[in-house]
Amino acid sequence: MLEAARPGTAEALTVDRLSLSFPGHAVLREVTFSLAQGAFCGLIGSNGSGKTTLLRTILGFQPPQSGEVRIGGLAGPRGRSSIGYVPQKIILDTDMPLRARDLVALGLDGNRLGLPFPSRARARRVDEMLQAVDALAFADQRVGNLSGGQQQRVLIAHALIRRPRLLLLDEPLANLDVRAVADIVTLLRRVAVEDNITVLVSAHDMNPLLSSMDRIVYLANGRAASGTTEEVVRTEVLSALYGHHIDVIRVHGRVLVIAAGAADEIPIAVERHPAHVAEIP
Amino acid sequence: MSLLNAIVSPGFFTSGPVLTAAVVGGGAAIVSGLVGVFTVIRGQSFAGHSLADVSSAGGSVSFLLGINPLLGFLGVAVLAAGAMELAGLRRAQERDLVTGIVLGAGLGLTALFLYFDMSTQSTTGAAISVMFGSMFAIPASLIPLSLGVGAGAVLITGVIYRPLLLSSLHPDLAAVRGVPVRLVGLLHLLVLSLAVTLSAMTIGAILSTALLIGPAATALRLARRPGHAILLAMLIGLGATWGGILLAYDSYDWTSGHSWPVSFFIVTIIFLAYLLSGLPTLRSRA
Repeated sequence: MLEAARPGTAEALTVDRLSLSFPGHAVLREVTFSLAQGAFCGLIGSNGSGKTTLLRTILGFQPPQSGEVRIGGLAGPRGRSSIGYVPQKIILDTDMPLRARDLVALGLDGNRLGLPFPSRARARRVDEMLQAVDALAFADQRVGNLSGGQQQRVLIAHALIRRPRLLLLDEPLANLDVRAVADIVTLLRRVAVEDNITVLVSAHDMNPLLSSMDRIVYLANGRAASGTTEEVVRTEVLSALYGHHIDVIRVHGRVLVIAAGAADEIPIAVERHPAHVAEIP
Repeated sequence: MSLLNAIVSPGFFTSGPVLTAAVVGGGAAIVSGLVGVFTVIRGQSFAGHSLADVSSAGGSVSFLLGINPLLGFLGVAVLAAGAMELAGLRRAQERDLVTGIVLGAGLGLTALFLYFDMSTQSTTGAAISVMFGSMFAIPASLIPLSLGVGAGAVLITGVIYRPLLLSSLHPDLAAVRGVPVRLVGLLHLLVLSLAVTLSAMTIGAILSTALLIGPAATALRLARRPGHAILLAMLIGLGATWGGILLAYDSYDWTSGHSWPVSFFIVTIIFLAYLLSGLPTLRSRA
């Protein structure tokens, strides 16, 4: 869909012993992992496990207490200039006077000073991007009137139009219906494979991503385990991560992560998302 | 000609006070339309209203000291905007609370200064002028300064237009593109205080919110693009202001020689436009 991102031998994203604590509790403890260029990755963990904090630290919004983030081998603002980002729970008001194509155009030059002067090259670039995320059909509608899945497509186009090396998305699948979830996952996978952009998607439920993830970064208790799904989503690995016994149950191609034991050791995934249990065919 | 005379009373276009009101009021309407659209989409309507109310303390002081009232309104509005930014409150609820408390304190000062105005200069008109405006009493000497303030507001907003739009949409979307979100927010607050000062001078501190928020809210219902919303808000504000001036001038003939306040007509036209924009046939187009 786009020109291939610049080739490079450096890892797209390296997170090196990143630690961060808020008063009273450690959010990230020596989180370490790296992602190759063009990989499609899930950042998985229950609510409050530090996914958003980790993404915000990678983005430079939140300075870490120790450790380092490198993007394409570069630390600091130079590395961060090649990130595309889709924030969590973005609310696009229905009265916002902005069409889908205006939002995508802001991704191209929203940081520039002065008024935007329409140019044919700019319009063509925006059209190409809308086409790439299958959003041309609703390009002239107000963003606030679009469905959740359509809004995600437009926000992804907004984040991709500068051809970043790394695309970060914070819970892009939350509040979408099953069909829209599948469509967005397919789109993001295509971005990773065809455009050689590393895509890191945070989610509290790994199941929609299970068949397409190249790698998983699993966060619990501020610690991270990373690797392929087979390597990470195992009883031994997750039990070590959580610090108590965890059962990993595979049912009909879905994975359930359940804390066993006494009632006060409430299951991590099931407690917060009872729907996952109900969804088992 | 008789019909034209019925609509536009003789002398309307040659009256000095009418022309001054049309120029200063028109400038205020254009600036308010531009700034109002951003104020509404950023959810800062209450802040805008508060800046206007607090600025009335400056307006009333200037009556007392005999200085240019525009400078009085402006000085206090800019100070209040700076204080609001320094408070740096992130949570909307907390922000509204502090804004409301500062607003109360500001109006308290206004009450004191207006009391001094009345007791020392026996001018009962000061209170009405500061709070509800008296457009036909604006001195022509105020035109250059008010146009300068308006041009400054338009210029600043034009320069930060895209970063402001992006950070109004979502601060993180702007921050990831390297936009200094707080600086942009501060500049918008500064521009807001300029806009509020201009409309406080024309339709009064209390009513200036109507000119800031009303046309913008109406335009946001009808326009699909930011530029169109801004142009529409400017036109609605301009139409209401000039229409209000005309009606107030005409009202001299309907009533027994006492024209009704311009502010009343302006605010009423803005209100009617807002009601009209809610009609389903108009809304469905956007």
